Amino acid sequence: MNNSITKVQLSNGLTVLLKEIHTAPIVSHWIWYRVGSRNEQPGITGASHWVEHMQFKGTKQFPAGVLDKAISREGGTWNAFTYLDWTTFFETMPADKIDLALRLEADRMVGSQFNPNEVSSERTVIISEREGNENEPLFRLGEVVQAEAFSQHPYRHEIIGEMADLRSMQRDDLYQHYRRHYVPNNAVQAIAGDFDKEAMLRRVRELYEGLQPGNLIHTQMPVEPLQDKEKRLVVNGPGETTYLQFAYRAPAASAEDFFPFTVLDSLLTGPTGLNMFGGGGVSNKTSRLYRALVERELAISVSGGLQATIDPFLYDITITVHPRSSTDEVISAVDREIEKLQTEKVTEDEVKRATKQARAMFAYGSENITNQAFWMGYSEMFATYDWFVRYIEQLARVRPEDVQRIAQNYLKPISRIIGTYLPDKSTEASHADGPNA
Amino acid sequence: MQTAPTPKSNTLPGPDDITRVKLDNGIIVLARPNFNSESVVISGFLANGALLDPDEKLGLAHFSALGLMRGTTGRKFQQIYDALESVGASLGFGAGQHTTSFSGRALAEDLPLLLDLLSETAREPAFPPDQIERLRDQLLTGLAIRAQDTGDMASLAFDRLVFAGHPYSRPEDGYTETIQAIRQEDLVEYHRQAYGPRGMVIVVVGAVQPLEAVAQVQRAFGAWRNPAQLDLPVLPQLNPMERTITDQLDIPGKSQADLVMGVVGPSRRSPDFMAASLGNNILGQFGMMGRIGDVVREQSGLAYYAYTSLNAGQGPGSWEVSAGVNPANLQKTIDLIRMEIGRFVREPVTEQELADSQANFIGRLPLSLESNNGMANAILNLERFDLGLDYYRRYVGLVRSVTPEEVLEVARRYLDPERLAIASAGPQSS
Repeated sequence: MNNSITKVQLSNGLTVLLKEIHTAPIVSHWIWYRVGSRNEQPGITGASHWVEHMQFKGTKQFPAGVLDKAISREGGTWNAFTYLDWTTFFETMPADKIDLALRLEADRMVGSQFNPNEVSSERTVIISEREGNENEPLFRLGEVVQAEAFSQHPYRHEIIGEMADLRSMQRDDLYQHYRRHYVPNNAVQAIAGDFDKEAMLRRVRELYEGLQPGNLIHTQMPVEPLQDKEKRLVVNGPGETTYLQFAYRAPAASAEDFFPFTVLDSLLTGPTGLNMFGGGGVSNKTSRLYRALVERELAISVSGGLQATIDPFLYDITITVHPRSSTDEVISAVDREIEKLQTEKVTEDEVKRATKQARAMFAYGSENITNQAFWMGYSEMFATYDWFVRYIEQLARVRPEDVQRIAQNYLKPISRIIGTYLPDKSTEASHADGPNA
Repeated sequence: MQTAPTPKSNTLPGPDDITRVKLDNGIIVLARPNFNSESVVISGFLANGALLDPDEKLGLAHFSALGLMRGTTGRKFQQIYDALESVGASLGFGAGQHTTSFSGRALAEDLPLLLDLLSETAREPAFPPDQIERLRDQLLTGLAIRAQDTGDMASLAFDRLVFAGHPYSRPEDGYTETIQAIRQEDLVEYHRQAYGPRGMVIVVVGAVQPLEAVAQVQRAFGAWRNPAQLDLPVLPQLNPMERTITDQLDIPGKSQADLVMGVVGPSRRSPDFMAASLGNNILGQFGMMGRIGDVVREQSGLAYYAYTSLNAGQGPGSWEVSAGVNPANLQKTIDLIRMEIGRFVREPVTEQELADSQANFIGRLPLSLESNNGMANAILNLERFDLGLDYYRRYVGLVRSVTPEEVLEVARRYLDPERLAIASAGPQSS
């Protein structure tokens, strides 16, 4: 894939990234704001996500219910996502229709109305979204593990927010959050696809350069103290299945340790797919933990994940415990594998393998223009686009001793949380799953 | 060998750039090049599926499909996955009612490896007993998780109501007791009788010349024969519903209930399909989930998701509405949806609504064909439903020819607010 892009900063601070790709008559347009649950205080947790929803509820130019239909009518797909560090909106459209996306995003960067009736109807929609999440054992477990892992940093809250805050937050809390963070100098615009760069940049300037920059207040993020003692917690809930989640403090994405950590994760729990859009990962059946847990009837499945974040977040290992095994047996087996990584160097071949896997996943991701535009903006949220371009090269430079050092420094028992989801048999479902149920 | 250029970006796939070859043993190979990325995708199916499952061993086709990759006569489980994962490739099987599907992807340089593994696992699985027991445990845990999933359980209950007395009422992944009843010998026997080249289709899309792709498939599968290969049973007649039937499953301890309600829909080959599909888009997909999303989510704030789907395959399909709601709002949501279905069969959709959905269908087609995977599945559907290699070239005309009256006529043929299957699963309202 050709990775060259044009990066321009407009006079109001908006960062614009453009990449011409002429393989299909399609353009993908993304606006990224540097705001997520990381920027929320207690009392307004979930505000970023709720503001994201409100961005579909109308401006003067595109009233509620008009904007989504306008994109769909032109054969576009659109969506929005809120994460720890960012909120993003995208439209992928036939190339000759992309102007609509540019106009729409410029309009709602400053002109969303936050009508009180719309705020109120969206409150119950978001509460419903949260209730849907709560149906999932792994959401419930993840939420308490995350809260336990951070005492100071806002990463302790789930992105969707606390139920109490969702019930109490008011229209003005949301509107202030919007006005404060949705400003051109806090945003990155990424556009990839079938267009002429110069013409596109002219149009971007016409629509965006006149938007007033905001007064960005730099907030010092609290530094989360290092954990000095292992913490364990248990969540009870319905079902028959026991889950375990290990969470270790991970490096920030921009830290040098992130790349050897990625190789470590690939060896331990399998390669993580890089393609949020148009991906398809690689299975993990030859990973060390799959072999140690699943092939010894200790677990039904295992997965792991390292997130690319601004501040150090968590490396998690999630395990579905085998019904004939126990959490203690699983924990001992995980400990043995981690100890092996700490005491024995991995082979050169294992590191090379992780690099080849990453190369394949990059190729899959580059089939798709939406995914390419995604990476342009996403990588800017926690590093720069160069981070993405040099990703494979950085992995290829990892040495076996680096992987060993990561295991020694980050995967210490004292610095982890172990959460267990324990099925509460007393609430066993009153029906069987059989054909006559 | 001639070098076929990557088709121009603005051409939809058609007879002049899809290569279609039938091998001597009946396997149909379709290929289309794309050199924009160094990857390649394979996608296809074998002509066996859950329709062959005995009731007491429901899930046999599914279990067999997942068992293929657990070891072959030539390679152990770890050797199969080591070969795949070492090069960042993937391969998997899954059984539906009529077919067992497979799909895989790799860097183009590893296509021979991918096809070798596909051939070896499909033709010579060993179903090693220790691996099969491990897989059984995984399937049973999957079913235990399914029993706690409000969406899955509502969907299962819906299928039991709407397809009562028909094989489609049975889930392909079976039930706990039927998975427990399947023996390793059953898998071996199922494979012997059900797997063969007849009816197999494979599509290759990516950075490989089409004739080279065909040659590689020929090399991997050309010698396959199975004179014992069974035919799928003929589908019985499905009796229409005479009144609304409901089923409410109690899953305590959950926050949200899932609702699935609807009717039997057209098959993919039915002349009703396009009008139903556009109507479905208006009813519950377009913009923020269509008319139903508008009423249930935007106006009433009752649900995060409330949308419709038209599931059209070989036999009768389903036309359903799904929503996740607080149990206290379940009845209110059902009433709202029923009202919208009522309006949908009473009066025609507006010219504007239809024009919007037509533009949406036409405009999003290139998006759906952008990735190798999207293209491979689109080509596979041409073959699966006999749509013709020129289908995507004719698509704009087919979409534009539908009128509001036709949408109404088709809606009335299938949807009736007084004859719905209504299934829900979740906690009881407190």
